[in-house]
Parts: sequence; C-alpha cells; structure tokens
Amino acid sequence: MTTIEHEVLDLNAYSSEAPRSSSLTARDVSAWFADHKVLERVNLDMPAGEVTALIGPSGCGKSTFLRILNRMHELVPSATLSGTVSLDENDIYRGDIPVTEMRRRIGMVFQKPNPFPAMTVSENVIAGLKLSGVKATKSDRRDLVESCLQRAGLWNEVKNRLGAAGGALSGGQQQRLCIARALAVKPSVLLMDEPCSALDPTSTRRIEETIAEIAHEVTIVIVTHNMQQAQRVSNTAAFFLAGEGEPGRIVEAGDTKTLFTNPADPRTLDYVNGRFG
Amino acid sequence: MTDTTTIGLAASPDLQQAEQRISLRRIDRSAVLAVVGSGVGAMAFVWLLFTQFTAAGINIGMFVVWYLVFISMIWAIGREQYDPVRARDLVARVVFWSAGLVIVVPMIAIATYTIAKGVTALTPNFFFQDQSRVGPLSPAKVGGASQAIVGTLEQVAIAAIISVPLGILVAIYLNEVGGRLARVVRTVVDAMSAIPSIVAGLFIFASFILAFGGQLSGFAAGLALAVLMLPTVTRTTEVVLRLVPGGLREASLALGATEWRTTRHVVLPTARSGIVTAVILGVARVIGETAPLLLTTLGAVSMNWSPFEGKQSALPLYVYRLFQLPQEVAIQRAWTGALVLLLLVFVLFVTARIIGGRGPSHISRFRRARLAREGLA
Repeated sequence: MTTIEHEVLDLNAYSSEAPRSSSLTARDVSAWFADHKVLERVNLDMPAGEVTALIGPSGCGKSTFLRILNRMHELVPSATLSGTVSLDENDIYRGDIPVTEMRRRIGMVFQKPNPFPAMTVSENVIAGLKLSGVKATKSDRRDLVESCLQRAGLWNEVKNRLGAAGGALSGGQQQRLCIARALAVKPSVLLMDEPCSALDPTSTRRIEETIAEIAHEVTIVIVTHNMQQAQRVSNTAAFFLAGEGEPGRIVEAGDTKTLFTNPADPRTLDYVNGRFG
Repeated sequence: MTDTTTIGLAASPDLQQAEQRISLRRIDRSAVLAVVGSGVGAMAFVWLLFTQFTAAGINIGMFVVWYLVFISMIWAIGREQYDPVRARDLVARVVFWSAGLVIVVPMIAIATYTIAKGVTALTPNFFFQDQSRVGPLSPAKVGGASQAIVGTLEQVAIAAIISVPLGILVAIYLNEVGGRLARVVRTVVDAMSAIPSIVAGLFIFASFILAFGGQLSGFAAGLALAVLMLPTVTRTTEVVLRLVPGGLREASLALGATEWRTTRHVVLPTARSGIVTAVILGVARVIGETAPLLLTTLGAVSMNWSPFEGKQSALPLYVYRLFQLPQEVAIQRAWTGALVLLLLVFVLFVTARIIGGRGPSHISRFRRARLAREGLA
C-alpha cells in the first residue's frame, strides 16, 4: 500500500489550490415528469466536506433528486420541480449564477463510465477547461492533468498512456478518469450516481479509496445500491422510498452509523438488512 | 496495485502436451449435400420440363422455375432428414444466401463489363487531352476527356462546398436543437430527397439562369447538384449524430459546457468518421447525374477550366453524348468515359472506407505530435 501514501503526499501539495467544499441544502423539493410526480417534499442537508449517501430501492427518485442538485433534471423536456436547492447560501435555481457555472461548481459522475471517445486520456481530464471556455497555459494544463489523475488514483496506471484514447482504458479506469475529469474544473460538490454499479470489486475498492481521499476537499453526494458501500464511504445517509403509485420521499436521514444500526423507522431497518427492495 | 503475487495457475509439466481442439465451425456435410443435390436435381428436372416435355427452350423463366423447385426440394429433403424446424432453417439460410448472391452478381457483372469495354481506349492522353482535335473518324486512342474529368471534379466540388456545410448545420439543428419546427424541416428534407434530378436542373435553369441571368456554366451545374446532394448529406449526418450516446452530451453539460461547446467539442468529433461517410455518400449520389447537367451546362468538347464562364463538360454528359453517335470509336470512348467515372466513384468509396472505418478513438499522427509537444501524451 506504499503507493497510496505517495498519492496522499502529492495530494497535500495540491490542497493549497484545491477549492473549498460547499454545503448543499434541499428544502421541500418535489419533482414531476409531465403529470407524474416522482418526488415529494424532500428535505436534506448535505454538509460541506462530507460524504452523503442516498439509498433506497429502484424507482424511488434518488437519481432524479441527484440530477436536481446540479440542474440536469431540466434536460428532460417534460421535467418540472418545486422547492429550493442551495449551494451554501445561493439558490441554484433562482439565483444570478448561470446554469453552466452552477453545473461547473457541482460536478457529476455517472453510472456508466462515459469518457469522451474522441479524446485522449489527458484531453479527457482537461476537457472541462475547453468545454467551459477556461483559458490555461500549457504548463497549467500539464499540472492539472497530473494532479487530477493523482487525486482520482489513476496516475500511476496511465502516466505512460496519456496519449491513448479514453475508451481504451478498462471500465474501472474509465470511471476514475471520469472522476479526474470532474475534479479538473474544481467543483465544490461532486455528485455520483451509482458510480460502481458497472465495475468489478477491485475497481469498486479503488473508487471508494478515491472518494475517501477527496472527501475533505469536495462535498460528495453518492447514490448507491450497495449497503456495505454506503456504510464504508458515507458520513450521513438518506433513505428514499416510494410507495406503490406514490412519489418518492425521504423516510429517514442522518448519521450513517445510526441509520444502519439503530434506525428510527422500521422500514429503514428492513431495507438496510435486505428484507425488501 | 502491483503487489499482487502471480498465482500458480501454470499447468504441471505432465499436463503440458498439446490439447485437442474441438472444431467448432465444422461444415454440416449432410446439409451441403442436400443443397447441392437439390440444385442439381432441380436443374435436371427443369431441363427436362423445358426442353424435352415442352418446347419452351432455355430462357429466364427456366431459372425462376429452377429456383422454386430447388427451394422446395431443399425443404422436402430437410423434412425427410431432420424435422420441420430445421428444414425451415435450412430453407431460410439458402434464401438469404441466394439474395446475397443476386446482389453481388450484377455488381461484378457491371464492373467487369465496363472495364472490358472501356479499357481499349484507356490511354494516358484520355486524362490529359481534351476532345477538340477529335474528328468523327479519329481512332479511339486519339484525344481524351480531360475537359469532362475537370468539369465533373469542379462541379461536384462546388456542390460539396455548398451542401456539406449547410447539410451538417441542418443536421445539427434537427438533432441537437430540435423542437416542433424540426419535424417540419425533417419532412421537407425527406421530400427534397425525392426530387427528380431533372427537376433540380430545371429549377436552377429557371431561377439561376432565366430569372437571375446567370449563364450556362459549371457553376450552374454545381448548384443543381447541390440541391440533390443536400438531403443525402443532411439525413446521413443526422443519423450519425443520433448515434452519439446521450451520456456524452450529459457528461459535457455536467462539466459546465454550453450546448454549442458540447456540439463542437464532443458530439461532432465523436461523429467525425460518420460525417465523412455522409459527405462521400452525398458526392456519390450526384457524381453520376446527367439530367441536371443537360439543363445547366450542356457540355463542351474543349477544356474550360473556369466553372463560372462558359459551358463545361462532365463525365456523365460525355458518356451520354458519345453513346448517341453512330461511329464505333465514339461508343468506345463512351465506355472509357464510363470506366473513368466508375474509377472515380471507386476511389471515393475506398477513401470513405479508410476514413470512415476509423472509429472516433483514432488519434491522428498530427494530433499525437501536438499532444506530445504539450507534454500531454
């Protein structure tokens, strides 16, 4: 495990320029697809510099909620919502900050690894600069490639393959490349939508290590179906549930350890012990 | 991590003799025999039927009847030897095989016939000399069709310069912008692809030449070809843009990109090879068109380098005109013109396969060198 220590050292060198993480707060968030209500009055605090896990059975609105947090929900033509989402003190839907800037500050890693196939590994990492129109010098870009790949725990594996196509990496490496790409635009929050569901256990462990390493500098909200993973990586957790034909609601939210060992609601206990869902 | 130890999975020495592989793609001999036997048997039956029992003689109908008998015999043998499900599978297989052959055979026939007919008058001066010194009785190897080759290349280039950018822009509108109007535009583009080529020529003749006072020229021909090329480029590009996974667009937008930057830096590069194919298909669609040229440039026997002034020749026109002449040598030249046109199309398609065959992850040598200079590769 000597390599890990090495990466932590490099991380400390980088942390001086790393962004400050921000808190996210959702108040009374409801969401619809056309007339179909999928979320009802969700309230959740996602504290700065911590990892929040969203758990619950399929179709209970976790992913929809996550996509509301960085305004990806509105990409579906029929989608609407109500309530308030705040990044620190800024209302992300009603504030003056444009949507592109909001999405840059609240990054996202998707369920399926999606590196840009027409770009090399290094180009993928700095794609965010080009895409959001940020000018950077050659040496800045080089440093950014290295530091982001370090933080995503991928540098040692790809440092000799930076010119290879992004799609040439293995699935787990592609997902870490996507994390590096998301980190390169210096977000203060990183949303992860089941980032390990398409990966093998070894790759999953590497991603979890990455999450642990970056958690102090960027707030993380992660959707996962893996109960062990939620317990391993998160500080707080929220349990979503949707009744038959009803919109999804948060049944219980709070400290991860409490939620898993001594939940207030019997349905939470059933779910975390695998008795339904 | 590199600290995992190698697990001792290597076989022990006494197990290292060569393994016996199972042949997985063995040909089912009884099925082959059934097909060949049916073919021969059906041929014998049809021959008897057409020449011995009736006076029909050998004709096209004989092959149709042969095929029907052939298929029924395969089916009967299949039922006899296996079971109805496998018999049907065998029949389906033979039908699809023969469909493939039916497509390939005429293609090869057309190509070989044109090559055989055209190669006699194919000399270097066919590419470098024009037709101006060619009299009605000059031998086939005198003069050439350089004016037609130059005309075709210039006219198609003009058409491409107009309709490729426009087609790609429209495709981006249809696929990346969308909206209610997009459906209308898509229908219009579809309708446009059904415009008969003579009508496209007529339209340019009526508008560019009659109404706006343009002259019969290569440029007018290029305009008419552009009208025909536009729907092909647009629809093909739209299809390849639709093939770009939505996840890539989302990934780009989630990084804070605008829609234009997403299209410019993610969607178009990913679809690059498909767009090249769309352009080549568009060119192939118009390069052999004759009818619109009849109304827009008319043809010429001597070299006219300028597409903007005076009439120009083009390969399809050259072929069309010479085939109408009574002299044997003219017909020979026409075949050579057809052969050169075929060669042009062939070169285009090979280029398309080479460029279009490269996936989006192909990184050109030029780009690799630039990345290496910046220390990013």
